[in-house]
Amino acid sequence: MTTLDVAAIKRQFPLLQRELNGMPLVYLDSANTSQKPQVVIDSMSTFMERAYSPINRSAYQLAAEATDAYEGARVKVQRFVNARRAHEIIFTKNATEALNLVAYAWGRANLHEGDVVLLTHMEHHANIVPWQMLVQERGIVVRWVPLTADGQLDLATLPQLLEGAKVFGFTAMSNVMGTITPVQQLCSAAHQAGALAVVDACQYVPHNVTDVQAWGADFIAFSSHKMCGPTGIGVLWGREELLQAMPPFLGGGNMIADVRLDGFTCAELPAKFEAGTPPITEAIGLGAAIDFLCELGMANVRRHEIEIAGYALRTLNERFGSDIRLHGPCNVEVRGATFSLEFRGIHPHDLSQVLDQTNVCVRAGHHCAKPLMRELGVNATARASFYLYNDTHDVDMLADALDSASDIFG
Amino acid sequence: MPGLEDLYREIILDHHRTPRNRGELPPPAAHAVGHNPLCGDEIDVYVQVANGVIADVKVGGSGCSISQSSASMMSQAIKGKPLPDVLALVRRFKGMMSIPDEDGNPMEPDLTVKLGDLEALQGVVKYPVRIKCATLSWNTLLDALAQS
Ligand SMILES: Cc1ncc(COP(=O)(O)O)c(C=O)c1O
Repeated sequence: MTTLDVAAIKRQFPLLQRELNGMPLVYLDSANTSQKPQVVIDSMSTFMERAYSPINRSAYQLAAEATDAYEGARVKVQRFVNARRAHEIIFTKNATEALNLVAYAWGRANLHEGDVVLLTHMEHHANIVPWQMLVQERGIVVRWVPLTADGQLDLATLPQLLEGAKVFGFTAMSNVMGTITPVQQLCSAAHQAGALAVVDACQYVPHNVTDVQAWGADFIAFSSHKMCGPTGIGVLWGREELLQAMPPFLGGGNMIADVRLDGFTCAELPAKFEAGTPPITEAIGLGAAIDFLCELGMANVRRHEIEIAGYALRTLNERFGSDIRLHGPCNVEVRGATFSLEFRGIHPHDLSQVLDQTNVCVRAGHHCAKPLMRELGVNATARASFYLYNDTHDVDMLADALDSASDIFG
Repeated sequence: MPGLEDLYREIILDHHRTPRNRGELPPPAAHAVGHNPLCGDEIDVYVQVANGVIADVKVGGSGCSISQSSASMMSQAIKGKPLPDVLALVRRFKGMMSIPDEDGNPMEPDLTVKLGDLEALQGVVKYPVRIKCATLSWNTLLDALAQS
């Protein structure tokens, strides 16, 4: 028994009731994308059945209601991450678009040839490539924070690396190793050096209490689909002054105050960064996901995952000893329940294929973190990631499935 | 484990454990690198063509049991073969992997082309994500041949 009543939670996820080949699913790929509880599914279908209409554009009652619902979702997000103002919450397509928005709109206005952007070796491609595009286009320079042997950021040379940097972009939690980084400390180090702190919070927000003000961050990005919400919507939070001062990202409807033959003026926040018809139904779904998470309590979710991570570390190490290698820290205080594992030299593709025989769903691949794969000295890893609907039994199922892999690959 | 015998046949595991024709060939042998963007695997194929015959072939890189065994069996099957036979074998193998022809139509198997050990990879078709693993070395071979 852990902090959360996982059996009761699992019952709220219709997909997790599904059996494949007569066996239950052991879904261990939530770092990729999470499953959806009934309340989220219902919120979206009810909205489409009863309240769907355009927002911000029409005077009729139905449209006013839909606008309220959409803006209501923004307020839920604001409270969820403790942002100061609702209009600091920008709805995007996903975390990738949110990070691109920062690099494109803020970056193109503020970064010039020779300017330094500091990233880390454990970034997802979404927090690498948008900056590398500015290397090609602007001649900015990217520096990298290296890692320690146990997959944490090696901060020994951080002050030197930050010298003259304008941006420090880093993940709050690694999607590959589960490492949780000291976000508050990194934000203040960035500010001391005069750099902005851009936090990729895509893996952090679904699993922890998030407080952007306590962090002292400048921008954070995350995706709805990893936190029990639908695909198609993500969030950029930015400090109001920064969002006010920077130019818009995409141009079109909704983001303008006026358009004349000789030019345009931007709308106020948040519309300034929400060009075109937004993902209205998805915002409703994200709002419902946040209600669902708040009911459980994010502190409880985190406690549960500490328990699962501890159990997984103990079980896998006890059962497999030196046959298994788990990347990332073994201290559960600085890691989530996401594990990249190497097992008896079996290729991740083969491993995930064998695990699939008992419906144990893990991801095999580079996890959109090829620079990190090179650091780890592998092409790919098999990654098992646990969430609020996983329990210790799922860990045991993983371990049993690993046994069958040994049988085949000897 | 029920169900996987079709995929992981003994002969596949054998080629995976002890891959044949591993290594490199110096220029003027042709060399191509194939990538499986899904998993980051890379494969190197080196071919030396002399008088219209595959005089030598070597395989490098790393990958899963399917891509490695496919490459190993391929190297055995093509070594010493005239080019037209090799191209026919590539077609036959890709057909077995249910890869369509240039016009997008299913390929009729040319039964005069013998697959030998490669037949063991037949089971891969049931696992569509693995087809890319099985065909990686074959596409890389075509790239290398195009250079020579
Ligand atoms: C750490 C991290 N950043 C960014 C992303 C990108 O998220 P999305 O694909 O939803 O834009 C992911 C998702 O895999 C991630 O894990």
